[in-house]
Amino acid sequence: MAGKLLLEHINVPGIRTFDVYRAKGGYRAVDKAFKTMAPDEIMEEVKKSGLRGRGGAGFPTGMKWSFLDRSKPEKPRYLVCNADESEPGTFKDRYLMEFIPHVLIEGLIVSSFALGSNNTYIYIRGEYKWIIDILETAIGEAKAKGYLGKNILGTGFDCEIHVQTGAGAYICGEETALLESLEGKRGNPRIKPPFPAFFGLYGCPTVVNNVETLAAVVPIINMGGDEYAKIGVGKSTGTKLISACGHINKPGVYEIDLGLPVDEFLNSDEYCGGIRTGHRFKAIIPGGSSVPIIPGDLFLKTLEGNGRLMTYESLSEGGFVSGTMMGSGGFIVMDETTCIVRNLWSLARFYHHESCGQCSPCREGTGWLEKILHRLEHGHGHMHDIDLLVEIAKKIEGNTICPLGDAAAWPVASAIRHFREEFEYHAKYPNKVAGRFAHVSDYKKELNAIAL
Amino acid sequence: MAETTTGEIKFSDASLKKVAEIIARYPEGKQKSALLPILHLAQREFDGWLSAPVMDYVASLLNIKPIEAYEVATFYSMYNLKPVGKCLIEFCQTGPCLLRGVEELIDYTEQKLGISLNDNTADGKFTIKAVECLGSCGSAPMAQIGKFYYENLTKEKIDKIIDLFGKPDFNPDIKYDI
Repeated sequence: MAGKLLLEHINVPGIRTFDVYRAKGGYRAVDKAFKTMAPDEIMEEVKKSGLRGRGGAGFPTGMKWSFLDRSKPEKPRYLVCNADESEPGTFKDRYLMEFIPHVLIEGLIVSSFALGSNNTYIYIRGEYKWIIDILETAIGEAKAKGYLGKNILGTGFDCEIHVQTGAGAYICGEETALLESLEGKRGNPRIKPPFPAFFGLYGCPTVVNNVETLAAVVPIINMGGDEYAKIGVGKSTGTKLISACGHINKPGVYEIDLGLPVDEFLNSDEYCGGIRTGHRFKAIIPGGSSVPIIPGDLFLKTLEGNGRLMTYESLSEGGFVSGTMMGSGGFIVMDETTCIVRNLWSLARFYHHESCGQCSPCREGTGWLEKILHRLEHGHGHMHDIDLLVEIAKKIEGNTICPLGDAAAWPVASAIRHFREEFEYHAKYPNKVAGRFAHVSDYKKELNAIAL
Repeated sequence: MAETTTGEIKFSDASLKKVAEIIARYPEGKQKSALLPILHLAQREFDGWLSAPVMDYVASLLNIKPIEAYEVATFYSMYNLKPVGKCLIEFCQTGPCLLRGVEELIDYTEQKLGISLNDNTADGKFTIKAVECLGSCGSAPMAQIGKFYYENLTKEKIDKIIDLFGKPDFNPDIKYDI
């Protein structure tokens, strides 16, 4: 077991400051990279590490970097850090930036050097107002110590990091919408191709990576890509931050070695501490609200009866029929008091609100989903609404420019697949489900077969 | 828009300096990138919301058309397009906060202040809103008030917030111990 790589020193008093972070071994990766490595060698280490994008998609980072168009030296290249963390259930990047900001700044300096980005932007969601100050202070400190600015460590490489604020739009976490927003426009995703690696910020070659991905470059450089790849199982290498919330005893952000058994993560006192005392495990959305919801028993064990691991592959085993996804690591646990219909309605409202409005299937479809779920939840639904929901979800999925449409459709499809009885109950007994707080207690007894 | 900002619309010298600093972050000719940060700055300086004349002023600083500022201000949910109270309470209403009982807290706050969501109290002190996921799911239920998050909220904490934040010296840029 590797133990913690990113959060090892998070509880050290004063770790937010450059001096304490440095005293704990910080900025070694910058020293090593700038003094002993060429930019391509850094990229090779990242490739060897097997690091996959930590924002949700899980795309290999080294490969993404290698796509960056280096054939036009007259055009600047940009690195943009995606700190727009808005996926319900996800608050890991916030924790990292708030309490140990220099690990991100260090990762950004090394990555900017590797990619040749002289102006690097951190696009942070606007609501994290106090974290903007924390990041700007950290950047100022790094600059004062010669780790940013002109001619860093005598290499001739110049780099500035700027913090850009969003203004409350989930869609700006999608990389092309983020770039539009960074250019001062509405966050409408762009049609791909061209990909940002060729036509990104201001039409220049650009790499967009998540906060945690860029922070992970620090241990990769320090320990070497091969060593990093030894942590984990198969193609899920290294450590991952998981933000755990919902009905558990110990909500919070945990750094785990990928490959940890899910049972241990959920139930041991070192991590989530189990389902909140006195309650039973009903369902889980383990990777942020966009990934399929699955019942607790299918989460702990696959249909074949194998215990699941916290890896990209194991969580998706069984596909959409009985599996889910690692996603962003937003781990939302629900006990038997949870009304699946109400929870889904809340998520449908979220996606409807956050749809940018560009593609009709998403703009109209998310509204329909919200409306139908609202009437089911409030006692005005019909039995045929359930199939209508499935039908609409199918028509959104795959028919939009960006993945927000899929993200809105998957939770609906999976909730109905696994908890159809609850939807039917809502249609059959409207009087019992109407009323704002009637949603939980009235029917859970009759549906106890569903809960574990 | 019926309402408008009163008085002359011009940034303070300190804010104008900040505007220049922000514009300098982007390559020459790409000053439109500064639009989101400067709209935030304008919202803070001009009573917590963006009137059409304020947006026109921001557009003029960036040498862009007013419509470019309007389309951005109407797209992003953090920009208020009508006046808000001095203390704006924004409850997170998405999934994880719902699981942890935010609806009861919203009901309680509505009753206590005698207003509904998106309304201002008659004295101009409070506005309450429900917004989508604020990234604080591990400390739900929660609300953003001014610059900071107030987490693991309870009815008792709401009582304290209403008591403390209704006072004339309330400053949204300070984190209060609740």
